[in-house]
Amino acid sequence: MTTAAFLCLLILSVVGYVWNRQAASAIRNDGARLHSLTGFHGFYSFLMILVPVIVLILTWLALEGPVIDMILKSGLSDRLQGLGTGEVQLIVAEIKSIAGGSVFGTPEPWKFEAADRFAELNKRSGQLLLIVVLAFSMTILVLSRRKVTAEFRARHGVERIVSGLMIFCSIVAILVTIGIISSLMFETIRFFGKVSVSEFLFGTNWEPQIPLREDQVAAEGAFGWLPVMLGTLVITTVALFLAVPVGLMSAIYLNEFAPKRFRSIAKPFLEILAGVPTVVYGFFPILVVAPALRSFGQAIGLDVAPNTALAAGSVMGIMLIPFISSFADDALSAVPQSLRDGALGLGATRAEMMTNVLFPAAIPGIVGGVLLAVSRAIGETMIVVMAAGLIAKMTINPLDSVTTVTVQIVTLLIGDTSFDNPKTLAAFALGMMLFIVTLVINIFALRIVRKYREVYD
Amino acid sequence: MTDISTTPSSSIGSAGSALMKKRNRRQTALQGLGLAAISFAALMLFILIASLVSSGYKAFTQTHIQLEVFVDPEEISVERLPRGGFDDVLLASLQDYFPDVEGRADLRKLESILSNGAQFRLRDRVVENPDIIGQTITVKVPTSDDYDQLAKGLVNRESPEDQRKLANRQIGWFETLEEAGVITQPINWALITNADSRFPELAGLKGALVGSFWALLVCFLISFPLGIGSAIYLEEFAPKNKWSDLIEVNINNLAAVPSIVFGLLALAVFLGWFGMPRSAPLVGGMTLALMTMPTIIIATRAALKAVPPSIREAALGVGASKHQVVFGHVLPLAMPGVLTGTIIGLAQALGETAPLLLIGMNAFITSAPDTPLDSATALPTQIFIWADSPERGFVSRTSAAILVLLTFLVTMNAVAIYLRSKFERKW
Repeated sequence: MTTAAFLCLLILSVVGYVWNRQAASAIRNDGARLHSLTGFHGFYSFLMILVPVIVLILTWLALEGPVIDMILKSGLSDRLQGLGTGEVQLIVAEIKSIAGGSVFGTPEPWKFEAADRFAELNKRSGQLLLIVVLAFSMTILVLSRRKVTAEFRARHGVERIVSGLMIFCSIVAILVTIGIISSLMFETIRFFGKVSVSEFLFGTNWEPQIPLREDQVAAEGAFGWLPVMLGTLVITTVALFLAVPVGLMSAIYLNEFAPKRFRSIAKPFLEILAGVPTVVYGFFPILVVAPALRSFGQAIGLDVAPNTALAAGSVMGIMLIPFISSFADDALSAVPQSLRDGALGLGATRAEMMTNVLFPAAIPGIVGGVLLAVSRAIGETMIVVMAAGLIAKMTINPLDSVTTVTVQIVTLLIGDTSFDNPKTLAAFALGMMLFIVTLVINIFALRIVRKYREVYD
Repeated sequence: MTDISTTPSSSIGSAGSALMKKRNRRQTALQGLGLAAISFAALMLFILIASLVSSGYKAFTQTHIQLEVFVDPEEISVERLPRGGFDDVLLASLQDYFPDVEGRADLRKLESILSNGAQFRLRDRVVENPDIIGQTITVKVPTSDDYDQLAKGLVNRESPEDQRKLANRQIGWFETLEEAGVITQPINWALITNADSRFPELAGLKGALVGSFWALLVCFLISFPLGIGSAIYLEEFAPKNKWSDLIEVNINNLAAVPSIVFGLLALAVFLGWFGMPRSAPLVGGMTLALMTMPTIIIATRAALKAVPPSIREAALGVGASKHQVVFGHVLPLAMPGVLTGTIIGLAQALGETAPLLLIGMNAFITSAPDTPLDSATALPTQIFIWADSPERGFVSRTSAAILVLLTFLVTMNAVAIYLRSKFERKW
């Protein structure tokens, strides 16, 4: 039905275009001077029909589900009386699956009745939608046809609608940010209703396994984020220890010493490294790096954990190499030619020019790039989910297994989740911290990069 | 360039030339370090690809066994189809090679040479053509994962018996079958024609490919118009004020927000508040669209900026309105850049995993989705699931799936580069 509604809408919009356009041409052929080109008359009708009715359909689809659920539940009010929200949800889900044609076990007959009613409601809603869409589109079609006159400023109308649409598009970016902040906020505040803020911020114990049933013997659940953050920092540090020197050195070489041909091959090569999806990097430590590190550790008598922070960190470092190298390359290229020429003219070797003049001049840009890499490393998920540990420990030993903020978010939220226990909410609190930390670093880094650019431009 | 710095040293004398040697050595050292860094990155890329290929290529073939099966009317009758003792029939034909194997436990072990899917393959054939009941037919069925590993030489036959999944006797059976010439290793089409399965020998990527296709389609349909609209507005129409600054800062920040945060957003808003279905490619595509949008906006703005002002001025001069200038002249000229940026953005979206995990696109689903509202996995989440699976056969399948994903990414990027080089105009 929804497809049919969209199809009707599309056909009627096209009809509106053709109809208005023809009407406008007819006026022109009669010898009158049109204000707007005939095409604009057509587009005016097209957009006038398309935009409001699409909004209508989308609103309808968004509200359809909840409304039908409400009608269904009110019809069953005597059956559902005194049941908890969870049980009601279960029953509703069962009714829906019966309506969908999959019957498990032998449900009571009233559930079959309800399922029939549910299917009926859905069908009616679909039909109603189609009728409403048809009625609306027809009305607008006729109304906009009536507007076609020689003086009618169709182009202005079209341009106004298009401008409105473009402004809407730009506002989506703001809406997304608001959505992120408000959803994280909302769940985080609920989390802090169950766990105190100070316990979360300063607690040194992270054990989110809470009892599922009342009588279950299990840990109480501790939600101190410090060990998780510490683990993130350990892995980030390992990654930077690998990525910063390698990235910087390759940028220096590519920028100053590499022959042109070499540069034109090496740059795309590094871009390939940057384009590999992180889930692939995540498989790399499992397949190669962790076993290699482990056997190497055994050979020199070190105890290396199977999912050591070193493996995840070094692979993350490999991922960051192209990132840092391209930022450093840009920063070095932005240093004005006069500084290079001046240094060389005073008799510096090219290496001295690089280390004593170019590099110090480019440092702000490089630092900005490294900071962006730090925020990437903190927010990176797949590598650590696949290669780092699950248990939070207060340790800075990179040979040990540590966990990270992103790993905890994923493990807490994977599988079916309900929104009312602290375990799920804790993930949102972690997400909030992650968002804040990366946002602060990003803003800081972008500011450094921009400020630095302004000095030389 | 170097002769500039060497010329003065000759006039300073031997002390100077020693210093000069030292300075030149430093330069060589710096260059060496730079080359070493690049070689290290290249080496890592090489190891990554090589390890994936060397473990993945084996998953592109699958060990099959060819059996002469007598479709016994006593076990399988037309009336009872699609039910019937298909496994017994297969076992009976396998028993022809091993008349001395007896007893329930041993027979069951013998049967485990065949994949769990073998009986269904036979069933499908009989259902399709019930006339073959009572005849002897040749069927080719996959072996189970353990024997597949054995055939591909991934089982160390010299290792102690209790450290292997297969006992010496079972290896002996397999060798007998190999000598009989019924073991073959054809190309593993199941890898792309089957959906996911618990059994590695039956598991394929069809569900993930279809799921990724739907998700990317939704992502494109949402992010492309939104991205272009917002880029055109910001670049061509927006007045320079606080609002447009705010939007700009916003877009730049969105591009740097960790992907998992978008997953949290989708989980809380799309699933929690709007009640959209879990694991659906529609929701996945919407989430990916939010992440792809900033990429498209930034690429589109760069492309619009590259169109020279003279084009705009000429069009304005002959009486076009501002909208006509943009939509009639600037945007068409910027289109190659826009498309390149879009394809690169979509390629990133194809490889994105973390947000899809949070909205449940890592579910175990054994059929390909028919619509974007059905539960499904995507290519990267399928890789994640397989990488997590304990069965040996999934290691090579994970690598193979990664190779498939990388093939798609390389193709998309190649198309983007081709578009750029073919249609981009230098002004």
